[in-house]
Amino acid sequence: MNAESMYQEVILDYYRHPHNFGTLKEPSVQADDSNVSCGDTITIQLLIEKDIIKDIKFTGKGCAISQAAVSLLTEQVMGKKVDLAFALTKKEVLDFLQVPISPMRLKCALLGLKVFKIAICKYKSKEFLEEDELK
Amino acid sequence: MNRQITQKMKVKKVNKKNNQFNQKNIRKEFPILSIKINKKNLVYLDNAATVQKPKCVIDALQTYYLTSNANVHRGLYALSEKATEAYESSRKTVAEFICASSKEIIFVRNTTEGINIVANLLASKINEGDTILLTELEHHSNLVPWQILAKKKKANLLFVPITKEGLLDMQIAKKLLQKKPKIFSFTHVSNALGTINPVKELTYLAHKEGATVVVDGAQSVGHMQIDVKELDVDFFAFSGHKMYGPMGIGVLYGKKELLENLEPVLFGGEMIKEVTQTHATWNDLPWKFEAGTPAVSDAVALGVSCNFMLEQGIENIRKKEEELTEYAQSVLGKIKHLKIYGPSVSKKGPIITFTLGDVHPHDISSLLDQEGIAIRAGHLCAQPLIEKLGVFAVCRASFAFYNTKEEIDALAKGLIKVAKVFRL
Repeated sequence: MNAESMYQEVILDYYRHPHNFGTLKEPSVQADDSNVSCGDTITIQLLIEKDIIKDIKFTGKGCAISQAAVSLLTEQVMGKKVDLAFALTKKEVLDFLQVPISPMRLKCALLGLKVFKIAICKYKSKEFLEEDELK
Repeated sequence: MNRQITQKMKVKKVNKKNNQFNQKNIRKEFPILSIKINKKNLVYLDNAATVQKPKCVIDALQTYYLTSNANVHRGLYALSEKATEAYESSRKTVAEFICASSKEIIFVRNTTEGINIVANLLASKINEGDTILLTELEHHSNLVPWQILAKKKKANLLFVPITKEGLLDMQIAKKLLQKKPKIFSFTHVSNALGTINPVKELTYLAHKEGATVVVDGAQSVGHMQIDVKELDVDFFAFSGHKMYGPMGIGVLYGKKELLENLEPVLFGGEMIKEVTQTHATWNDLPWKFEAGTPAVSDAVALGVSCNFMLEQGIENIRKKEEELTEYAQSVLGKIKHLKIYGPSVSKKGPIITFTLGDVHPHDISSLLDQEGIAIRAGHLCAQPLIEKLGVFAVCRASFAFYNTKEEIDALAKGLIKVAKVFRL
């Protein structure tokens, strides 16, 4: 890995100009989490209609790796079916980044995925509890 | 006796005073300094976290296990006597190193464990409504043990604030001490800003109000002369690995007259005198506070590291590190977007804490790592303090006397590269 390899254009571009950064007016669900030791924080909001991710936005602060990774993730899951998006793996997220991530920085790169999965779980449990039979 | 020890050490210091370091030879004593990291020469600038070890300390560990290993204070055979002799003579060396007596040196694992033990030792003296005074400069290790004690006893925890420059506000310190805290625990040198606190003055003021004084010496012992008698502190805790000794060994110094009247907090072998099925009496100082088999090899090597520092001359070490800090402050100060926190060089230890524009310190550290440069990034185990600086993380470069100006130039070059990568 040379000096800039972990910080190639793609990461810097997404860090400096993140896609899907911001908040939704009426999100179906939202989740947040942080890496306490780094101070990385991420909040994700989802708008889900008919089992499809219609819109996704995130806010957060932290290192370039964490912020670029979550921004890339939002693009990948946009418009996808909830179950399909939920199947997203760690490896896929690391692949989007197109650069090798050192072991110490894995937590940064994967924080967005963690928050996204928490959001989907929250959405699913909400949906489940709202089913007629349970009311 | 103590005066004699102090005298002896002063003579040693004078003998070394005019000796200049031969940087090349010094670095040869530290084999790890010549390894490569990411195909670059290692530039190790995280000395406040731990310093590298000289060959003599590494050898001492091996020699102990090759020639002297047995359990201490137990066996009535030559090898056990040899181990005990090595262990106890190291305690004497460490005691002389900080101008204490051997009875006042309790071997522990590290500073953190030392402070935890003091908090437990003093717990019986704390009642509901009492005050424990700390400062805003504290490392988590001199904060959390007191938080727990305060919660358990419903005591108040108060903090001496820092000025904009990062020094303790002495006016407020005096006022807070007038509230007659039972304990005043503070760091000698801040691990986050480098601030050197006026220990002697603070101790004098605290004693006047009846407080017991506990000092976190983790960041001072490896860098400056310590004389606990002159400072008059009641307890002083430090780690071996920050003063060229091995990890896993540290020291809790306590005044003999205090230790004699305190109950131990760890129980078992070694710390007892006589045991029946229902009762036990305690061993003499300092063993009363050392339960179980100690880290003998590490303790022996710690004595070697004390002698290593004395051979270099503690004044020489301090002078060299001040020079390096001064140089780094001027070189880094010239980098655009770089902001340095904390007091001026003469008022701090060999520590430079900084941020670079809006680049996250972990990104800075990762990029520097690619150049073989090791610095610390994050909240430096002092979260409340870093938040007070108005940031959520910082970078810290910290020096030892074996560092060079060329290494600081490499750091500066690395930081300029970071700024370029991040398009600052």
